[in-house]
Amino acid sequence: MAKTVDQYFDDLRDTRVWRSIFRSGTGSSTLKRSLAIQQNVFLHLFATKVRRRMLSFSATWYLGTLTLGTFLMLVVTGILLMLYYHPSVPQAYADTKDLQFVVSSGLFLRNLHRWSAHAMVFLVFAHMFKVFYRGAYRPPREFNWVIGIVLLLVTLLLSYTGYLLPWDQLAYWAITVGSNIASAVPVFGDKIHFMLLGGNLVNANALLRFYVLHCMILPLAAIFFIAIHFWRIRKDGGLYAHQSEPSTLTKTTLAKEAQ
Amino acid sequence: MSTKDFVTGMDSNARKAPRRVAFITRRTSAQVKAVDEETLQTFPEVLFRAAVAIEVMAIGLVTMALLFNAPLEGIADPSHTPNPAKAPWYFLGLQEMLHYFPPVVAGVLVPGLVVMALVVIPYFNINIEAEGLFLKDRERRLRIFYIVTGALVLFLVVFRVFVALVPTLIVAAFMILAAQSSPQSPSAFRRYLASKPLSYWIMSWFLFELVVLTAIGTFFRGPGWSWVWPWRS
Repeated sequence: MAKTVDQYFDDLRDTRVWRSIFRSGTGSSTLKRSLAIQQNVFLHLFATKVRRRMLSFSATWYLGTLTLGTFLMLVVTGILLMLYYHPSVPQAYADTKDLQFVVSSGLFLRNLHRWSAHAMVFLVFAHMFKVFYRGAYRPPREFNWVIGIVLLLVTLLLSYTGYLLPWDQLAYWAITVGSNIASAVPVFGDKIHFMLLGGNLVNANALLRFYVLHCMILPLAAIFFIAIHFWRIRKDGGLYAHQSEPSTLTKTTLAKEAQ
Repeated sequence: MSTKDFVTGMDSNARKAPRRVAFITRRTSAQVKAVDEETLQTFPEVLFRAAVAIEVMAIGLVTMALLFNAPLEGIADPSHTPNPAKAPWYFLGLQEMLHYFPPVVAGVLVPGLVVMALVVIPYFNINIEAEGLFLKDRERRLRIFYIVTGALVLFLVVFRVFVALVPTLIVAAFMILAAQSSPQSPSAFRRYLASKPLSYWIMSWFLFELVVLTAIGTFFRGPGWSWVWPWRS
């Protein structure tokens, strides 16, 4: 008798090599499915089970999930863009032109990176307002709200530092306008401005600093806080559920209510 | 019967709801009776849904990337300033405020206060209990509301910030309507307004201003930050 595709998968998952990689083992029992989450270094940030009513679209609009989606797309397209980009003046602009006209799919890569970045900024704001209007910042979720604010700021900085990298007129003057605000900080304004740009004007030093911030420091900060953000959802009891939303009660609870 | 949509945290009001401590001696076993509700396994059901959501969005963004090109202007030229020089769109609300106020106010004080205000939201019991603003102590709260709103309106008029004045007046009008409403109002909309707490009004005002100022900075500002109509350019 011929094997089905599922059976081939089961055989694969039963091999010694597969079982040495994935600690959870084979089988589709609830236990094994829980272990698939719990025994995986990345997935264990999430709870093994989620309340069914939290998966309805109206509960979250999936805004947090979609924000993560844009972040992943930005990491992939960003790494590919880095392969063609030198953070130096005037080479940065020439590289951007090459991406536009010479590199295969370079235009598409840059477009996707740019629109995903705008989408991420928009989604982070939308996520924050949705969480607020749901009241999901309530204890014990206070600190996860604060981490969310930190992630909002990291996202804005990521987008802002990336804005300079094409080194065109749009980038140059947007960063000049923005960085001048730093000079307005009382007492330390000029020092902060100088530290941010590596000079008194937006120049080659500023480009290099923004490149390091954009491709190294800020993404690492984002990953660090995203990990805590997800882990805290699990630790704080899962996604925030309203009392009034219909919850499908299990038999034991119904029996208790009947008494 | 309370119409509230949540249970406050265990320590939100210790006098009304003292924290319960269970002592379990060695001979008895601890039994926890919690409300069970239907759950789904994260693997594979929840992860599958998340993947589908992300894929749908990815299709949308890829389509957009195929249809619309990212802007690229001439090479950066420090000796030639474009007019107007605009920041990225999410900072145009700030840039619009810089048009009215000195940089230390619009660029440092206001954003700093906004971030501070956002961070402290969950640490105030008034935001946890979230009672309707005018349900208790109505006369006094209405007086405070009129004084604060009046001062804000005066401030915006003196600095001629009419673009921020309009959203302020609209939100204030809804707040006055909320003060005239109660949980017994016949209209569902007025019952909704009456149940809204202070944080809801401040956040909605902030969201309204954010959208309006960003839209004006993006579409309605031309050379020298003068007012332009986007359809006439």
